[in-house]
Amino acid sequence: MHPILEVKDLAKNYGDFVAVKGISFTIEDGEIFSLLGPNGAGKTTSISMLSTLYSPTSGDAHIGGHSITKDAMSVRQMIGVVPQELALYDDLSARENLRFWGQMYDLSGKTLQTRVDEVLEQIGLTEKANERVKTYSGGMKRRVNIGVGLLHKPRLLFMDEPTVGIDPQSRRAILDTVKELNRQGMSVLYTTHYMEEAAELSNRVGIMDHGELIALGTQKELTRQVGQTETILLRLDDAQAAELLAGAIRGLPGVQQAEANEQQVAVITVRAEEALPIIIAKASEIPLKLRAIEIHEPNLEAVFLQLTGRALRD
Amino acid sequence: MKKILLIGLKDLTIIFRDRVALLLMLLAPFLLTLGMGLATGRFSGGASGISDIPVIIVNQDKAQLGNALVDVFNSPALADLVKPTASDDPSAARRLIDEDQAAALVIIPSGFTDSVLPTSQGNIAPKTDAVKIEIYTNPTRPTSAGIIQTIVEEFLSSVEKVNVSTEVINTQLAIHNLPQMTAPPVGINDTDNFTTIKYVNSGNAEVPFDILAYLAPGMALMFLMYTVSYGGRSLLQERSQGTLPRLLISPTSNAQVLGGKILGVFLTGCAQMGILIAASSLLFQLKWGDPLGVVALVLAAAFAASGWGMLLTAAVRTQGQVSSLGSALMLIFGVLGGSFINVNDMPLFVQPVSKITPNAWALDGFAILAQGGALPEIATPLTALFVMGVVLFGVAAVLFNRKGILSGNQ
Repeated sequence: MHPILEVKDLAKNYGDFVAVKGISFTIEDGEIFSLLGPNGAGKTTSISMLSTLYSPTSGDAHIGGHSITKDAMSVRQMIGVVPQELALYDDLSARENLRFWGQMYDLSGKTLQTRVDEVLEQIGLTEKANERVKTYSGGMKRRVNIGVGLLHKPRLLFMDEPTVGIDPQSRRAILDTVKELNRQGMSVLYTTHYMEEAAELSNRVGIMDHGELIALGTQKELTRQVGQTETILLRLDDAQAAELLAGAIRGLPGVQQAEANEQQVAVITVRAEEALPIIIAKASEIPLKLRAIEIHEPNLEAVFLQLTGRALRD
Repeated sequence: MKKILLIGLKDLTIIFRDRVALLLMLLAPFLLTLGMGLATGRFSGGASGISDIPVIIVNQDKAQLGNALVDVFNSPALADLVKPTASDDPSAARRLIDEDQAAALVIIPSGFTDSVLPTSQGNIAPKTDAVKIEIYTNPTRPTSAGIIQTIVEEFLSSVEKVNVSTEVINTQLAIHNLPQMTAPPVGINDTDNFTTIKYVNSGNAEVPFDILAYLAPGMALMFLMYTVSYGGRSLLQERSQGTLPRLLISPTSNAQVLGGKILGVFLTGCAQMGILIAASSLLFQLKWGDPLGVVALVLAAAFAASGWGMLLTAAVRTQGQVSSLGSALMLIFGVLGGSFINVNDMPLFVQPVSKITPNAWALDGFAILAQGGALPEIATPLTALFVMGVVLFGVAAVLFNRKGILSGNQ
């Protein structure tokens, strides 16, 4: 496989603030690559540079061999972008939106008509194609938003947190669409702060935090970094109780790390079954009531926690 | 060019689906025109829109000039416009005005002629002793009263001209020791000198002036400014709703995006003007004049107004600012440009300022066309509007570029 995207030392500064600190990575043709990181990690800024919306402060990237800084028009022909926020004309119907955006990607005549029909079918909106977008539900709008990015059959699709703020059913549909597009040969750069999405979709994952790419590899390669650890998730009544418990169990035998995130505490242990009775005893001693306990095999959440000392937050 | 057209047509479609915008773009100017037409009596059947203005004349002068003014009011030239009634009792006449029985009362005081005209010996009474004509107006009929006032002022102006001529001639005659002459009588023949509400075009064919031909373009042009500021606002709206960034990452150049947005504003302005012109022609039987000239003027006015809309958009930061400043601009330009008051009736220092508005130039053009003028006669307004548009678009483009509105790097 050849890389469809090669990013080299890409950086973006806003005055003294460094939004992206010289990141480098590649995406192979036909690959789904996820950029995982909390809000403000620099994922959207990176996509904005790669899609030629922002000029990088330094560095460059090549998409299909074309430089994003020197040959923006060629790059734009090769990529499709699904922005995080809806970018549609509410007073136009789904069909009118798709027609307009298709024309902006130089589609016309029969090809345009065919692609609009295909995309409407793909996003499941053929029946409601002629209704104005403003009458749609949030999930339907998201689907049109994705459809716009697919019209011209781009070789590389950028999807910037496409599942934020939607219901589980629509989220499932979007994840299935991404897999289907990839099955058809499209390369995808997917940004998310949901560890499960990155884990489910991606061939490889890049973890971003504070503008830096702090880890990169397949899910296996990344989880190997945290060793043979397991994560215990403890759910409590509120965030205050979670903070209290996290503080109390740090340093207990078998506990490597404990971080509170809202009403939840993530505990990294070498062996969960050995650490758990000690943790429960400590909670009873405080006393705190545990609402739920989950034990997770090594995952990306644990990787992020170990690399940053913080949990992935919304 | 194709993408520019597509973006422009998309904007036109969107704006014509916005009910509130349509209300302000089309219904508001239409209703205002209708209302003002009704207020001026345009729909009561008079050819000029104003007819049979009831006026009471008290002629206490009963001499040459007093009689001449009465003759003017009774002349065939003003037969359709005014309906004079003679009275000998100023107090009774005033009461009739107070009771809204007439639009104005003209009192020609005793000795008026003697105070103005040279005597048979060629002497002119001192100006300080001049006896003044009194016009008592009905405040509830300002337009009609204003017309009566204008007729009297034109009459006095005509008398003044004759008087000055006589004075000059007599001075020359005196130098050469020749007999002095008296002023020629001023009478109904002098109505030709009046700037009445009649216009003689280049072909010398009289075209009756329709008050709506002034009101309708005035309102249409004022609301055109609303339309262009609304259109300009759509650029900032696209930026906040994410469609502008999406356009900028499609294979569409910044110039095409900006061109498309400008075209959208321009097309919307043209469509608005076109619809209002068509509606007023059909519903009010309003004659706008030479169709070619009207089309050219609509295009030029929409172009210049779009320039203001884009400049406004480029100069501010938020949609709210465009909205408030756009409304202010609409009203200021409406007033300055003559949508409410004829520019010629404004103070002298205001008149040159009015020329910065597309309204003033376009209204000039529409007035010429309505009074029988053709395309060549509106060359000046057309050129002015075109130059205004080019300059404003140029400045707006520089500002857009400087502020990075058409790039993601803000």
